[in-house]
Amino acid sequence: SVVSRSVCDYFFEAQERASEAENVPPVIPTPHHYLLSVYRHKIFFVAVIQSEVPPLFVIEFLHRVVDTFQDYFGVCSEVMIKDNVVVVYEVLEEMLDNGFPLATESNILKELIKPPTILRTVVNTITGSTNVGDQLPTGQLSVVPWRRTGVKYTNNEAYFDVIEEIDAIIDKSGSTITAEIQGVIDACVKLTGMPDLTLSFMNPRLLDDVSFHPCVRFKRWESERILSFIPPDGNFRLLSYHVSAQNLVAIPVYIKHNISFRDSSSLGRFEITVGPKQTMGKTVEGVMVTSQMPKSVLNMTLTPSQGTHIFDPVTKLLSWDVGKINPQKLPSLKGSVSLQAGTSKPDENPTINLQFKIQQLAISGLKVNRLDMYGEKYKPFKGIKYMTKAGKFQVRT
Amino acid sequence: MTDSKYFTTTKKGEIFELKAELNSDKKEKKKEAVKKVIASMTVGKDVSALFPDVVNCMQTDNLELKKLVYLYLMNYAKSQPDMAIMAVNTFVKDCEDPNPLIRALAVRTMGCIRVDKITEYLCEPLRKCLKDEDPYVRKTAAVCVAKLHDINAQLVEDQGFLDTLKDLISDSNPMVVANAVAALSEIAESHPSSNLLDLNPQSINKLLTALNECTEWGQIFILDCLANYMPKDDREAQSICERVTPRLSHANSAVVLSAVKVLMKFMEMLSKDLDYYGTLLKKLAPPLVTLLSAEPELQYVALRNINLIVQKRPEILKHEMKVFFVKYNDPIYVKLEKLDIMIRLASQANIAQVLAELKEYATEVDVDFVRKAVRAIGRCAIKVEQSAERCVSTLLDLIQTKVNYVVQEAIVVIKDIFRKYPNKYESVIATLCENLDSLDEPEARAAMIWIVGEYAERIDNADELLESFLEGFHDESTQVQLQLLTAIVKLFLKKPTETQGLVQQGDSDNPDLRDRGYIYWRLLSTDPVAAKELICYIGTLASVYHKPPSAFVEGSRGVVHKSLPPRTGSWVSLAGPVGSAGAPQHLVAFPCHLLGALRNLDLGPPVSGPPIATSSVQMGAVDLLGGGLDSLV
Repeated sequence: SVVSRSVCDYFFEAQERASEAENVPPVIPTPHHYLLSVYRHKIFFVAVIQSEVPPLFVIEFLHRVVDTFQDYFGVCSEVMIKDNVVVVYEVLEEMLDNGFPLATESNILKELIKPPTILRTVVNTITGSTNVGDQLPTGQLSVVPWRRTGVKYTNNEAYFDVIEEIDAIIDKSGSTITAEIQGVIDACVKLTGMPDLTLSFMNPRLLDDVSFHPCVRFKRWESERILSFIPPDGNFRLLSYHVSAQNLVAIPVYIKHNISFRDSSSLGRFEITVGPKQTMGKTVEGVMVTSQMPKSVLNMTLTPSQGTHIFDPVTKLLSWDVGKINPQKLPSLKGSVSLQAGTSKPDENPTINLQFKIQQLAISGLKVNRLDMYGEKYKPFKGIKYMTKAGKFQVRT
Repeated sequence: MTDSKYFTTTKKGEIFELKAELNSDKKEKKKEAVKKVIASMTVGKDVSALFPDVVNCMQTDNLELKKLVYLYLMNYAKSQPDMAIMAVNTFVKDCEDPNPLIRALAVRTMGCIRVDKITEYLCEPLRKCLKDEDPYVRKTAAVCVAKLHDINAQLVEDQGFLDTLKDLISDSNPMVVANAVAALSEIAESHPSSNLLDLNPQSINKLLTALNECTEWGQIFILDCLANYMPKDDREAQSICERVTPRLSHANSAVVLSAVKVLMKFMEMLSKDLDYYGTLLKKLAPPLVTLLSAEPELQYVALRNINLIVQKRPEILKHEMKVFFVKYNDPIYVKLEKLDIMIRLASQANIAQVLAELKEYATEVDVDFVRKAVRAIGRCAIKVEQSAERCVSTLLDLIQTKVNYVVQEAIVVIKDIFRKYPNKYESVIATLCENLDSLDEPEARAAMIWIVGEYAERIDNADELLESFLEGFHDESTQVQLQLLTAIVKLFLKKPTETQGLVQQGDSDNPDLRDRGYIYWRLLSTDPVAAKELICYIGTLASVYHKPPSAFVEGSRGVVHKSLPPRTGSWVSLAGPVGSAGAPQHLVAFPCHLLGALRNLDLGPPVSGPPIATSSVQMGAVDLLGGGLDSLV
């Protein structure tokens, strides 16, 4: 039956107790229910649970709901949800029945409930038609539930993006404490009919810890290390993989730092330099340095050799938008730090957070060998792109 | 042209206006009105007065309008049962519609309306839908049986729906199988004895086949159902494991964890000598590690479960310490879980790394986390004996930072280290004593007092230190008072001549404190030598860390209470030769009880008990895996 909305009060209490929104615990017990939540796009999505369920099931589902909203509306924000409340309802209705997930594949959902577009809204207003499909989606119950039938394109193309994120913790002296790579292969496939694809790698041994989209034939992977699949139509994540801390992970950048908060005087020194390390000859770009300064830091007077920087005296967050790294002229940021008079030297050292991007490189060394298509006659256009970027990349000082 | 306009009409007479619009002849206007009603419902406004008007819109060939009306019905039918009956005819008619979407929608909505009279009408359509030619309708109907069972269990049994549901496990469509399993599991949960999911090798085989074909959510239901099965021998267990293992590579973390649960459970049946056992063990680590790169909420649940897995089979993740290292912008709930697992995985091989990390954490900003990190260093010292010295020096470094809460926390854990490894690290006592003044938390004060009392003979000014604590005796918490009492007794026994003068008179309203003071006083005044012997045992309390306090404290107090003559008034008079009649023979009889009392006192209140609590989850660990909320709260 319908749960009273007052159950949310327990959630609001927990939210008040938490220092920051990110710290609200994802599982909150209340006398009669459990509240499971996810926090994304600065919005909390809360599920009310009445009986014992696997919590990951619920949390995964909530994330899927957010993904779907994003897919439908382009962005997922409070305004967007309000603007599309009816579609939101209709979509949720298709996704869940009595706690059982129904359709969560965006291909299927879009056949049931058409995403709003300006054109469609206008047309619907004039003609009185709806955005609810009145046919059962063809794919829903077929052997390939992720693909609808009768797909047609004039230009047949299949693009694959190999994207790797490095998570790393680097210690004071510059040596790596831990580093690992989270990789994904995202695909955008627009192919007519029922294409059957195979994708092979030069070095499949790197992929010893993989999660596949349900379309991938696992047996074939196990025996031949080849990805064989009938792709969903449009954008989807073909696989994600993890190269663990036990393998040697190349670290593409380094930071040289000299940060000291002097004890007696209220002026400290701050100096950091960013440089390329193991980049396989590629350019490091989109570099962004952020660091949370201790509370006693009043202000910072800094000069960057390139890029722009901001220090927010309220949140104490320093951010420096570096841009590209030129190996001949390393970017640096130098200057002084003024501390609150009378307070003792800060105990905590600021950790430096680094973001960067390297085009045309998969830092793990993963390389696609070839992509073949069976089952259809036409010649598709194929493309593969590589990119490496920083995930949670932290340098301690 | 957005829906947000539906939220904005809040003026008076709104309901009246809506009513008019709902009864409009124009289809478009009607639909707009229903949307406004739904929007009002969403923000919690009462629009139940519009019930008859909304229900009137139900008979339409416009699917969107129909869905919205159904949505409204689910919300308000309960409060307007008589009106809801008006909807029944349309429902029954819709269940016969040629479009499977509409049939499914009708049976699904009816199941959500918890009104008895409607439920009666639901039975016939539901029976038909369970045997519908379209699998989409069958799978919706399967869920509907679970809904109906929740409303009226007897009815479901009488109508024979449970048998039909069981038949659906053999359906040709994997989605239908998955939903049937889900519905049966849910019903079985409310009727544990019903034996609904009668699992046998044949039905297991069917489930395993469906596992490969159904959606990710269906896979979770099937895996959780498999976990309840008891294979008849190790060969069957192995063959199920082999078929479940590919699920470890699924993109959905809930599927992965449910698969881990099945594997962990069935592994119990496999012989450790089997090659397969080792292979399986190796396969479990990577997917667990991968879960940690997911969103923080997923990480949290994964970590809670990994914590259980590590307790049960530490070998799975023993080489993966680094993935549990804390990133400074992890949410606090993730940080604390990682810390706990780090300690569980700490061993001689990796202790240096772990300590370096913990020291790093102890300089972070979040006070709560810093405290836990300092405690963790103490737990490492106790867990890995070879590391104790390193831990102590790390703690000393932290004390040098002079950060108040770090110092206090460090002193508390150093006390624990002293207890586990007596007479080994006293050289640091001097440093500890320097920080005496900064201690303002009871636990830290009590710990420091314990240290002074325990090592009184090595601290030149022990009497002065304790005296300084005594000055504010009445303002201290019970924990500190009790500790102070014991420390003074110890001091007296070790240095009777110098402490003759340390006489303290005190009243306390706390019976616990008074009684203990009284026991000591009796003991000391009659037979200081015997008391000294007893005190000697206290130094060797290392075993404490392996047993919960209840194992050795129970009952002692009661006996003592009864044996001593009731007495009120001042209780402590350590050095004075206060005689008391009848004491000797009593005391002779109670040495062991007293020892218990002393030990108990020594430990302080139970809250500060042994830092290595014996894991509360031991053999039961596997049952909780992914099994849900139990494992979290």
